[in-house]
Amino acid sequence: MEPVLRIKDLKTEFFTYAGVVKAVRGVDFNIYPGEAVGIVGESGCGKTVTGLSIMRLITYPPGKIVSGEINLDEVNLLKLSEPEMRKIRGGKISMIFQDPMTSLNPALTIGYQLSESLILHKTISKEEAKKRVIELLNLVRIKSPETVFNQYPHQLSGGMRQRAMIALAISCEPKVIIADEPTTSVDVTIQAQILNLLQDLKSRVNSSIILITHNLAVVAGLCSKIIVMYAGLIIEEGTDTQIFDNPKHPYTWGLLRAVPRIDEQEKERLTTIKGLPPDLLSPPKGCPFALRCSYAMEICFKEKPPYFNPEEGHRVMCWLLDKRAQKVKRSK
Amino acid sequence: MIDEKELFKPVNIEELEAKEYIRPSIGYWADAWRRLKKNKLAVTGLVIIILLIALAIFGPMFSPYEYDGTDLNNVYAPMSRSHWFGTDELGRDVFTRVLYGARISLAVGFVASFINLIIGVLYGGISGFIGGRVDNIMMRFVDILYSIPILLIVIILMVVLKPGLKNIFIALGISYWVGMARIVRGQTLSLKEQDFTLAAKTLGATRGRILVRHIIPNAIGPIVVTATLLIPNAIFFESFLSFIGLGVSAPMASWGVLASDGIRAFQSHPNLLFFPALFISITMLSFNFLGDGLRDALDPRLRK
Amino acid sequence: MKKFVIQRVIAMLITLFIVATVTFFLAKAIPGGPFTKEKALPEAVLKNIEAKYHFNDPLWKQYTDYMVNLMKGDLGPSFRYDALTVNDIVRKGFPVSALLGFVAILISLGLGLPAGIISAYKQNFWQDNFVMFFSILGISIPNFILATLFMYIFGLKLHIFNTAGWGRWQDIILPAVTLAAYPTAYIARLMRSSMLDVLNQDYIKTARSKGLSEYKVMTIHALKNALIPVVTYLGPLIAAVFTGSFIVERLFFIPGLGRYYVTSIYDRDYTVILGTTIFYAVFLILANFAVDIIYAFIDPRITYSTEK
Repeated sequence: MEPVLRIKDLKTEFFTYAGVVKAVRGVDFNIYPGEAVGIVGESGCGKTVTGLSIMRLITYPPGKIVSGEINLDEVNLLKLSEPEMRKIRGGKISMIFQDPMTSLNPALTIGYQLSESLILHKTISKEEAKKRVIELLNLVRIKSPETVFNQYPHQLSGGMRQRAMIALAISCEPKVIIADEPTTSVDVTIQAQILNLLQDLKSRVNSSIILITHNLAVVAGLCSKIIVMYAGLIIEEGTDTQIFDNPKHPYTWGLLRAVPRIDEQEKERLTTIKGLPPDLLSPPKGCPFALRCSYAMEICFKEKPPYFNPEEGHRVMCWLLDKRAQKVKRSK
Repeated sequence: MIDEKELFKPVNIEELEAKEYIRPSIGYWADAWRRLKKNKLAVTGLVIIILLIALAIFGPMFSPYEYDGTDLNNVYAPMSRSHWFGTDELGRDVFTRVLYGARISLAVGFVASFINLIIGVLYGGISGFIGGRVDNIMMRFVDILYSIPILLIVIILMVVLKPGLKNIFIALGISYWVGMARIVRGQTLSLKEQDFTLAAKTLGATRGRILVRHIIPNAIGPIVVTATLLIPNAIFFESFLSFIGLGVSAPMASWGVLASDGIRAFQSHPNLLFFPALFISITMLSFNFLGDGLRDALDPRLRK
Repeated sequence: MKKFVIQRVIAMLITLFIVATVTFFLAKAIPGGPFTKEKALPEAVLKNIEAKYHFNDPLWKQYTDYMVNLMKGDLGPSFRYDALTVNDIVRKGFPVSALLGFVAILISLGLGLPAGIISAYKQNFWQDNFVMFFSILGISIPNFILATLFMYIFGLKLHIFNTAGWGRWQDIILPAVTLAAYPTAYIARLMRSSMLDVLNQDYIKTARSKGLSEYKVMTIHALKNALIPVVTYLGPLIAAVFTGSFIVERLFFIPGLGRYYVTSIYDRDYTVILGTTIFYAVFLILANFAVDIIYAFIDPRITYSTEK
């Protein structure tokens, strides 16, 4: 099977008054049809910028996609003209943004905002669009969709708004849906509903999903493939089983340790990863995680590690997997 | 040839200088100052303002003329070595009068702004701090005041009080506090809602003080900007009042009075209008540049 | 929505009441009365005048008479010009000022809004710097200076316009442009910052992510939201135009209400001062009220406020 989205060596940078921030420093990955992939990492690791780069929503100034390829069905999106890219946006790739409170235009009705892309991409009439929007609102489990159609965003609750956003994202039957932290700005109870909804939709809709989040727990049930990013680079990638049962990168170990577990003793403190991510104005030349890594070696500071493949479908950017390195025991 | 074993030796990260890798985060004020410095217009404005203040304070001392020294033999003299800006209809040296005018106009600007600042801060601060019903009533009152055309009241006030420097201070001092009060109240309210007040109680005062270093700058920012922008407003207001005859009384002259007088002889002796007008414009421009620059520099959202 | 309108009406009535009362008592506070500047009048004449203008009535009666007259629309007589009442003066001068003001407002909206929009769209490029530079000039340079500058350049030197007079349609251009300078600059800046605020919002990102053309994003999504704060400026805009008219009318010798007002201040013609002030105040308060109502209709958050 051919991947529907093939990213090669993507580099995105921001030109600020303080210098050039290298947010994404050479990212490659593939997304297959119908696949749900989670991109996980802490704030500032470049996951959101990657998502925005795929949509070519990086505005200059100050941001610019400096190099790389983003191939959707073998067409390099970075080489398209802006009008051609606009046909892709919303039509072939859509995005769900983090904050439902601010992602919908307060001056336009829900119905209008959802019909817009349908009318644009599917060239149907207003009436036809209205019918489909109401179907979609039903699909995302919004009650009384006919009323909601004529309402304004401020009249809806946070959970309903996020669902409307999801409806918007799937409306034109895109090949890829990028969901950027869809549960972060919502109540915990709503989080569960949204995740449920996404699960449900995944089986109905034929799109691939890229789920961007800083919370490993969120990708657990939904994603079959997990990509871990740090400081603008992919430091580990694997299937969900591989990542959860057999992670190989010390950063991933830290992430997993930081997730509170039901079976943990109550008295244990929540562990965090000490230190701060590196300054992307002048990223370190070695492994970006070295300074916070309890297993760091001399070479980690001198040279960026290559990707090692401990098993099929699993790659790790870490010197620990080099056969010359000492074997380490992962502390639980 | 580096020994491979050396390369793969584990390193104790705690021994390393973390500071090498992490960009030091600059304090709020330092970052704001850095941003302000980059804004050439704002810096120019600031420099000009400082020069003007210096000129106003020290300038008249160096002038051989008095601001009210009439010389009826030398009226309407053109610009010359002895009279840099010429003389007016009573033979008074225009340059000296402009310098004295600087004192008055700048004083009006600063004092009026200051009075408005104090009233606004007190009113808004108290209203926001007490909150609840009191806050509601106080703000209703402010809303009503806001819709009253203040200029008209000021005009009437000046008619009643008779023109004069002190009265100008009073009239202008009560004209703009309403806007300031609203801003201060908004800031006070958001301060109250911040978790820092709770944190300060639970974590001890030291933490609270550190948080204050972050919260207060956020709150002070809009206040400083508004206060700065009030000054050119006051100066403009004063020239406006002078123009319709309600300004300071002769022979004292603010720039507004000088300009107003200058208009009468404008066609034949433009220098009488030109110089005060120039100074008014430059002053207002400088303060506006500075205020704009401050607004951009102190805006925490623009912080990188 | 209804609640909003009712609140506004009540606020407006209270404001009007306060303004009228304050004006009245301020006027009464003027030491010496309106005739102190005149050369000494014989006692009998003074007594007559006092009786005619009810100076000897108790204060509360004067006040109630005054308020009643106000509500009837009677602003009182002029002291200086026996033949004229304040109403006459207003009737003569206001239409002129209104026309001037209207043209000035048209210019400021017609120039200021597009300037602000372009400035925001091309932020930090030369168009933005250009607009920003001129707008700061417009805000900082007092209009009497601009007026004389224009008169000098266009009137005296280039002889395109007259520097005074009123009657031909050309006469309105220079004063209207002078009057419009400050509001245009202010609107441009306001529109720019409002657009910038809006363009940074998440929902603009959403709109772009749908693949909408930049034109649609700017007009349908951005403008609708960005115009809302600008509408709230309409009230102060009208006020600024009126206060500006005092100066502009005087300089260009335009027979508008502003000029009469300024003259009356010089003459210390108290009833005219009072009457005109009240007229202006009422007009501005009503204008503010109208703007508030318009605003309520435009912002869906107020039109459809859900009371939970």
